[in-house]
Amino acid sequence: MKLVVNGMEREFVLDAGATVIDLIAALGLRPEIVAIEVNGSLVPRATHGACTLAAGDRIECVTLVGGG
Amino acid sequence: MKEAIERAPSTATDPTPDSPLIVGEHVFRSRLILGTGKYASFAQMRDALSISGTDCVTVAVRRVDMKEGDESILDYIDRNKYTILPNTAFCFDAETALRTARLARELLGTNLVKLEVLGDKLTLLPDPVDTLESCEVLANDGFTVMVYTSDDPRQAVRLENAGAAAIMPAGSPIGSGQGILNPNAIRIIQELVSVPVIVDAGVGTASDVAIAMELGVDGVLLNSGVALAREPLRMAAAMRDAVTAGRNAYLAGRIPRKLYANASSPETGVIGAAR
Repeated sequence: MKLVVNGMEREFVLDAGATVIDLIAALGLRPEIVAIEVNGSLVPRATHGACTLAAGDRIECVTLVGGG
Repeated sequence: MKEAIERAPSTATDPTPDSPLIVGEHVFRSRLILGTGKYASFAQMRDALSISGTDCVTVAVRRVDMKEGDESILDYIDRNKYTILPNTAFCFDAETALRTARLARELLGTNLVKLEVLGDKLTLLPDPVDTLESCEVLANDGFTVMVYTSDDPRQAVRLENAGAAAIMPAGSPIGSGQGILNPNAIRIIQELVSVPVIVDAGVGTASDVAIAMELGVDGVLLNSGVALAREPLRMAAAMRDAVTAGRNAYLAGRIPRKLYANASSPETGVIGAAR
C-alpha cells in the first residue's frame, strides 16, 4: 500500500483494513511518543486501532524534540 | 561595660521564599522556564534543567525522523519533576500552529501550549494577526495558552481579551541575546494586563534575566542563553541565581536614581576637622 508519510511517498507491506496501529508498528515507532494526523485530521490515540488506512493517504507522524 | 546585646546573632528569618508562578491551573515553584533545544546531548540538557531549578520546560513538535534511533527526549525529562510546555515554534500561519498545538496535546495529554506564530524567518518576530486569531481559537478549545508576542502593550491587551493565560513578550528577537531592548514597554504591558507576564526570548546572560525580573515580570523563558553558553551547566546555575536575585530586588524595592552622590557614612565627626 502506497502512503505519503511526512511528505514522502513510500510503499508499505500492509493488509487491506490496516489501521494506524499497524502503520506505527511498520515504521518501528514507539506508540507513546508519536501523534498522528491522517489527511490533515488528528487521530486520537484511543482511535488508532479503528482508523483504517487507504492507498494514497497522507500521514503526518510527529514526536517531541528539543525546542525553546 | 555595655551588655553584648549588639553582638547577639541575628535571628531574622530569610525573607526570600516567594509565591509560586501560577499560569491558569498550573503552579510553578521556579520563575524560570527553560527550553530544551540546541544542547550538545540529551544528557547535557537533563543536567542543565536540573541545575537551573526550573519546573517547566518547553519542547517542540516535529515530524518523526525515520533515520534516527528510537531514543526520545521524553526519556530525559522526568514528568514528575517538570511540567512540559509544548510550543508551536516555527509555525508561520494560524492553521499550522493550531494543528501543531492539537498534536502536542495528543502527545502529552496537556492543555498547556506556548503559542508562537511567526511572521518571517529572518526576524522570527510574531505575526500579530495570526497570533491573536490562534490564541482565541485555542483558548476556546480548552487550551491554557501562553502566547509569544512582541513587546506591544496594546497587542498584549488584545491577547488577554482573547483568552491568553500568560503574555510572553520578547525582550529582543529569538536567539539574538540582545537582552531587554524596551523595558518601558514591558512595564506598561504589566500595568495593562492581569495575567502573568513572562519575558520570552532574547535573553543572553544572567544580567538580562535580572533586569527582566527587576521590572516585575512574573518569569523568564530562555533556551539559547544556556544551551549555547560555553559551559551550559554553569550558565544554568547563573540563570537560576539571576531569576532569584532579580525577583528579590523587585520585591525589596530599589532606591531611586539620583544625579548626585549621597554619602553612606556619617558626614560629621571626621577627625582633624575644626568644630
